[in-house]
Amino acid sequence: MIRPVILGVALLLAPNPAFAGDSRRDAIIADYAKADTGHAGFSAQRGETLFRTQWKGGDERTPSCTACHTDNPRQPGRNAKTGRPIDPVAVSVNAKRFTDAGEVEKQFTRDCKNVLGRECTAREKGDYITFMMGQ
Amino acid sequence: MTLRTLLLAAVLSLPFTAPARAGDDWVPPVTDPLVKKECGACHMAFQPAFLPARSWNKMMDTLADHFGEDASLPADKVAAIRAYLTQNAGDVVNQGRARKYMRHISGGDAPQRITENPDFLRKHQLPERVWKDPKVVTKSNCPACHVGADRGWYEDD
Ligand code: HEC
Ligand code: HEC
Ligand code: HEC
Repeated sequence: MIRPVILGVALLLAPNPAFAGDSRRDAIIADYAKADTGHAGFSAQRGETLFRTQWKGGDERTPSCTACHTDNPRQPGRNAKTGRPIDPVAVSVNAKRFTDAGEVEKQFTRDCKNVLGRECTAREKGDYITFMMGQ
Repeated sequence: MTLRTLLLAAVLSLPFTAPARAGDDWVPPVTDPLVKKECGACHMAFQPAFLPARSWNKMMDTLADHFGEDASLPADKVAAIRAYLTQNAGDVVNQGRARKYMRHISGGDAPQRITENPDFLRKHQLPERVWKDPKVVTKSNCPACHVGADRGWYEDD
């Protein structure tokens, strides 16, 4: 337990920009850009709107991303259906975020269906990650 | 908060200490990495000893609609998880807490919820406000109250 605690503290104390860069994350973003027809850059602002909008398109317990990830991406969240804690989603406090392509895809599919009632588009996914990279 | 609640909270947040003491009620924890990962993604990976093999078989057949959730997995993973859950199921283990749970399940039934077993209900007659605690959310959130749940420790007192 000591190691994760120290690591957690270190990450909280030093939101070092060096942590934010990760070639795996860059590759994930690049793939979404390729899949985005008429791509003209991703937008953190659109990503934030996706994150905060009360879509109410899927499961009634999860009207928005914030239902589980909370209003503040730098805070730990909680699964609104099972009560299980979720690590923060902001890259500044959780450098591991968006670095495993399979995990990211699986979770987008699951979470977007739950919240929007449909899959997210490549643009929405790129926007979301871009927003979280600035958080 | 009453003294009882406080005491209860204190008792429940103690990490497990003496294995010998809890022996009879220890529930073998999940050791398989695949099961831990895939069945521990949304909630804790529940110990297979709480349900009989036929319940796990039914669950593994219906993952596309798992309590309203799409928990489907590729066929090879389904097969591997099914094998682990059924080999360690309550009717196979059949001792300690598992035996107490199995006693309430009749031959043909394949219940899907641990939290509806009469033995669970009997041990969990807790005040409404305990269930309403925002950290709890649902009865199946065992680790919210049992810090040793992942390790199979539920007898915290
Ligand atoms: C039912 C609760 C819930 C809701 C609602 C939810 N998520 Fe998640 N999300 C999770 C869980 C659980 C994880 C996996 C655990 C983890 O990554 O810490 C996760 C992880 C993710 C990941 C993977 C991150 C990574 O580093 O791999 C992405 C992407 C994501 N969520 C996007 C979204 C988006 C977009 C929305 C809204 C459309 C959303 N989530 C709404 C529960 C939820
Ligand atoms: C996508 C998320 C997700 C995944 C993955 C998942 N579950 Fe669940 N599971 C749920 C939800 C949501 C519930 C309902 C929780 C509630 O109502 O308390 C649930 C409930 C359960 C319950 C009943 C709990 C009770 O109330 O007694 C069992 C048993 C269970 N899951 C086993 C599994 C197994 C085995 C796997 C792996 C094959 C698995 N789950 C994977 C979301 C998931
Ligand atoms: C809201 C808190 C809470 C939740 C959630 C919860 N429990 Fe409990 N559980 C308790 C309390 C308190 C007791 C002690 C009751 C007593 O001794 O009379 C207990 C007792 C038990 C016991 C009996 C231990 C013994 O031998 O005395 C078992 C087994 C158990 N819980 C399993 C579970 C499982 C499995 C889950 C999740 C599926 C779960 N609990 C969820 C609070 C909770």
